[in-house]
Amino acid sequence: MSKKAKKSPIILFVSEEKEPLFSKQNRKLITDPLNDDNPITVQVLGICSALAITVQLKPALVMSLAVMAVLAFSNVIVSMIRNFIPSRIRIIVQLVIVAALVILVDQVLKAYAYDVSKQLSVFVGLIITNCIVMGRLEAFALGNGPWKSFLDGIGNAAGYGFILILVAFFRELLGSGKLFGYEVLGHKGVTLAESTGLYALGYENNGFMLFPPMALIVVGIIIWVQRSKNRELIEKE
Amino acid sequence: MKFLRTKIDQLKKPFGKGEKWEKFAPAINALDTFLYVPDHVTRKGAHIRDAVDLKRTMITVVIALLPALIYGIYNTGYQYLYQVSGGEVAFMDAFLHGLWKVLPIIVVSYGVGLAIEFAFAVYRGHEVNEGFLVTGMLVPMIMPVDIPLWMVGLSVAFAVLIGKEAFGGTGMNILNPALLARAFAFFAYPTYMSGNKVWVSEASHVDGVSGETILGSLAAGHDIHFSMFDMFSGAIPGSIGETSVLWILVGAGILILTGVGSWRIMLGGVIGAAIMGLLFNLWSANALMSFPWYQHLMIGGFAFGIVFMATDPVSAAQTTRGKWIYGILIGFLCIMIRVFNPAYPEGVMLGILLMNVFAPTIDHYVIEANIKRRKKRLTASRKLKTA
Repeated sequence: MSKKAKKSPIILFVSEEKEPLFSKQNRKLITDPLNDDNPITVQVLGICSALAITVQLKPALVMSLAVMAVLAFSNVIVSMIRNFIPSRIRIIVQLVIVAALVILVDQVLKAYAYDVSKQLSVFVGLIITNCIVMGRLEAFALGNGPWKSFLDGIGNAAGYGFILILVAFFRELLGSGKLFGYEVLGHKGVTLAESTGLYALGYENNGFMLFPPMALIVVGIIIWVQRSKNRELIEKE
Repeated sequence: MKFLRTKIDQLKKPFGKGEKWEKFAPAINALDTFLYVPDHVTRKGAHIRDAVDLKRTMITVVIALLPALIYGIYNTGYQYLYQVSGGEVAFMDAFLHGLWKVLPIIVVSYGVGLAIEFAFAVYRGHEVNEGFLVTGMLVPMIMPVDIPLWMVGLSVAFAVLIGKEAFGGTGMNILNPALLARAFAFFAYPTYMSGNKVWVSEASHVDGVSGETILGSLAAGHDIHFSMFDMFSGAIPGSIGETSVLWILVGAGILILTGVGSWRIMLGGVIGAAIMGLLFNLWSANALMSFPWYQHLMIGGFAFGIVFMATDPVSAAQTTRGKWIYGILIGFLCIMIRVFNPAYPEGVMLGILLMNVFAPTIDHYVIEANIKRRKKRLTASRKLKTA
């Protein structure tokens, strides 16, 4: 192994012709997953975590950042060593890298954002099983240079996070009348007289929004809206 | 009648092909076919077109619902006035109080649902489907009296949008839309849909009026002060239209006689619930289990659900044998959910929704089994011939 590594030095930037850092192609790597190639609404990956941690905005945001860190760096690392990984054991190598990064992220969260880490509980650890991570490693990082892989990781994680935050926005707003923990719709008292804002008019929080099935329905509605705006996404039969 | 016809034709003119309001043609056509049998004629091939179209089928169900609805309106007033006055209640007093409470719910249910149906019909360019005629009537009948109107509207909107239009409109829905509306309200606003405060009008803010249903009393371990005749005739607290087994049976008779509702599903449901009730009677570990099986059939939404919701031709099983299986399983599930989880007293709602999901699977295996049996018979007869 060490012999081989000495012979071929690690090449960071593979692209032969000089390409600007944010060329049109590279920018597309970030913008495409936000809409036309969104990991959740178009590729339908990473649904489990989207259902589990979108009850409130804060955990959804932290989860998105965690996935972004893991996806971007695992993409870069795998891309850097992609020419040395024997293809027969590449899944195991990828898993080791992702697992190491996930543990790192988990420790950071425990140290600096303990309450959110508690809320996310097992789902930070489960990033390792997030289909988006393995999917991007297999589909992109194994065939592209580190810089492009990094952008691809950021882009896909942003696309994932965008949907997560959108779903969490509706679920927290309609389910508990709050955004990031602030009561934006008014305060709900024990009786109607003690309530303020919308609650004084007889508004009630929608308890269904707190259940995971509603996350699935919200994602479904987002897909519906997206496809009726962008008709190219509709599959032809 | 001729006068009406010419008036409608005049009214329809600006909606014709190439005219000013062509886009909104489905709206006026809906009005036309509501009043007159459509004059469509099949021009090619050998097809029989019956005058009994979807609209008239749906109207039959609405007619079958009316006895239970009228009794439900009366009962709404009766339950309240009886507890307030504690004595005799005049029929008209009770009926008017009930009408005052129930009519707004019906209006909201139809208004919201039809608005969405018309909007989708105009947008997608197809005719308005009649399915909502029944849904709009079912929804108010399975809601508690005191539910805020905006919750009714939201539940109906959810059921029509997510339960029906997202799947492709009338006839394509997997779940019964009316039950979906109720399930939505049940999970979204549980304090307005369950407990002992909501089942009698005004019970939530008038002291001394108790709104506990029989199932609620059983789960809480309270005594029941309703006779079996009360349960059968429907003079008990509950959702607006679900209490009267007597009038629901009249509706069931109409459905079966006109062939609109499947008697196999209804009978299957009763058999399933009776068997499950008997099993629990033998077990008898708590008040809900030892409650007599024949009374289990009369309380809660069981009768209403099995007659009007389980027989929904779109979401039920289609094959003859499948209908039996589907009905019996609904009966089983209804009593089981009721007894095992007192937090979900409406076992029949969850039972029917669950079986709606499984109905296509049941049909699939019934058909597969039929094909297999015929194949076996064929090979057996061939062997006989060659031998």
